[in-house]
Amino acid sequence: MNRMSKTEIPAASGTNITSNASAISTAASSSTAQRTFLSKYRLHKKFVAAARVLLLVVFLSVWELTASHQIIDSFIFSSPSKIARCFLDMVADRSIFLHLGVTLYETIVSFLLVIVFSILTAVLLWFSKKLSEILEPYLVVLNSLPKSALAPLLIVWLGATRTTIIVAGMSVAIFGSILNLYTSFMSADPGKMTLIYTLGGKRHQVLTKVVLPSSIPAIISNMKVNIGLCLVGVIIGEFLAAKEGLGYLIIYSSQVFKMDWLLMSICLLCLFAMCLYALINQLESCYLKRNKR
Amino acid sequence: MEPVLEQILNLQHISYTYHTLQGETLALSDISFSLKKGEFAAIVGPSGCGKSTLLSLICGLLPCTEGQIKINGKPLKESTTNVGYMLQHDELFEWRTIYNNVILGLEVQHALTARTKQRAHELLDIYGLGDFKNARPSELSGGMRQRAALIRTLVLEPELLLLDEPFSALDYQTRLQVGDDIGQIIRNEGKSALLVTHDLSEAISLADRVIVLSNRPATIKQTIPLLFHLEHDTPLNRRSAPEFKNYFNLIWKELNEDEPNVKD
Repeated sequence: MNRMSKTEIPAASGTNITSNASAISTAASSSTAQRTFLSKYRLHKKFVAAARVLLLVVFLSVWELTASHQIIDSFIFSSPSKIARCFLDMVADRSIFLHLGVTLYETIVSFLLVIVFSILTAVLLWFSKKLSEILEPYLVVLNSLPKSALAPLLIVWLGATRTTIIVAGMSVAIFGSILNLYTSFMSADPGKMTLIYTLGGKRHQVLTKVVLPSSIPAIISNMKVNIGLCLVGVIIGEFLAAKEGLGYLIIYSSQVFKMDWLLMSICLLCLFAMCLYALINQLESCYLKRNKR
Repeated sequence: MEPVLEQILNLQHISYTYHTLQGETLALSDISFSLKKGEFAAIVGPSGCGKSTLLSLICGLLPCTEGQIKINGKPLKESTTNVGYMLQHDELFEWRTIYNNVILGLEVQHALTARTKQRAHELLDIYGLGDFKNARPSELSGGMRQRAALIRTLVLEPELLLLDEPFSALDYQTRLQVGDDIGQIIRNEGKSALLVTHDLSEAISLADRVIVLSNRPATIKQTIPLLFHLEHDTPLNRRSAPEFKNYFNLIWKELNEDEPNVKD
């Protein structure tokens, strides 16, 4: 893909239709102007994709070359090859899977708990206007509180266990999640709610037939934010109270000055976050596809 | 006065006051009228006079401040008669297909049986939506959407239909067609109906009787029975009948009497 030269592109455009253009590909045979427009569009897409890969390749090679020619200190800055070797070593002795697995487990559990609890709480607040008015200032305060301040407290209360880390992950996401969902529940179309009442429905049917279905897009975008926030919380938790996990690996390697480990953990964390985000994206496109028949 | 049994709807001295932080407002004052079975009545009045509030009261969405509403001779709370309410907008749910939208009321009332499902399919077929059962609301034209909304109401087999300016969201041409369509559907199904509108010509083309309300607090100014000598008494034919203009002028005068500055 990154090797693609500009001369190849016009030849490829006839056979290889990019996913975005496929919807309008039937029009490709209509006129020359349309064909020019389409090939311009494809060229643009390919340029962006190639530039993305190129940026990464250039960054990694500059890093590798400057490190190997001692322009930067590879003890402090490490290098891509050292990071890769370190990763392969840890794959060989299987220790990396433990750390990855633990962080994954903690993130997923705290994410799921956040989703369940925030939907339940938002439903409760939606049902009772009184309750929501009473609790609103507390939720706002808790949401704006820097949650990393809670982590030491959680360790004292719950001990240095996985529960602490899961709770730390939840604490970062849950208050914002409740507020967001509650807002989206409250913005459900009043006309559609009246409709349910005119059909003889009760308030709980307004919830199941109107409020929840119309909030699904909001719930999914809320999930996208929460998966990232839970990961932040889990890493903070692992910094303070863990013997395994990527957060532990980062804090431990910085203490013993193993910069290869540290940078590898950060790279893995990048990939990790990307995969989790992609997972939610997949869920979203599944939902959209199903809704379009 | 007709015998009570003949009346599907009876309103006795209805008043309604609503409260806001700014104060209380008397919206409806001493409204009394009744509707016979199979009759189609229209309520017209200046905008903001409380026409829609009246329908909400009859549907039981709001409690009356004073007075009593009887449906089929029973007080509203004890009544088991199904009342269909058609709103200003079609309120079809985009996340449901047309068929699933139509059976929404059945789902809500836990009345989803093989027979009612069959009825939903029949109504969709009869009224020209048979090919769109699996379509999404956004794929339908405004008129078709309104027809789907009507079927959603009819499938519950209501004896009384309340129509709250159901055509006001449509453009003029569609409005005439859909008005004609829906007027005939309601006559076909032999339903009693109460239509609220600020469009006088719509009221005259559809109803058997027009009730004119005054400005707020709304009281009944006049009840005007409509009689057309037409071979095919349809809403569209009525519009070109000679009586149409006379009724229009009559109601127009009634509405604008002692209100020199009518705002609309």
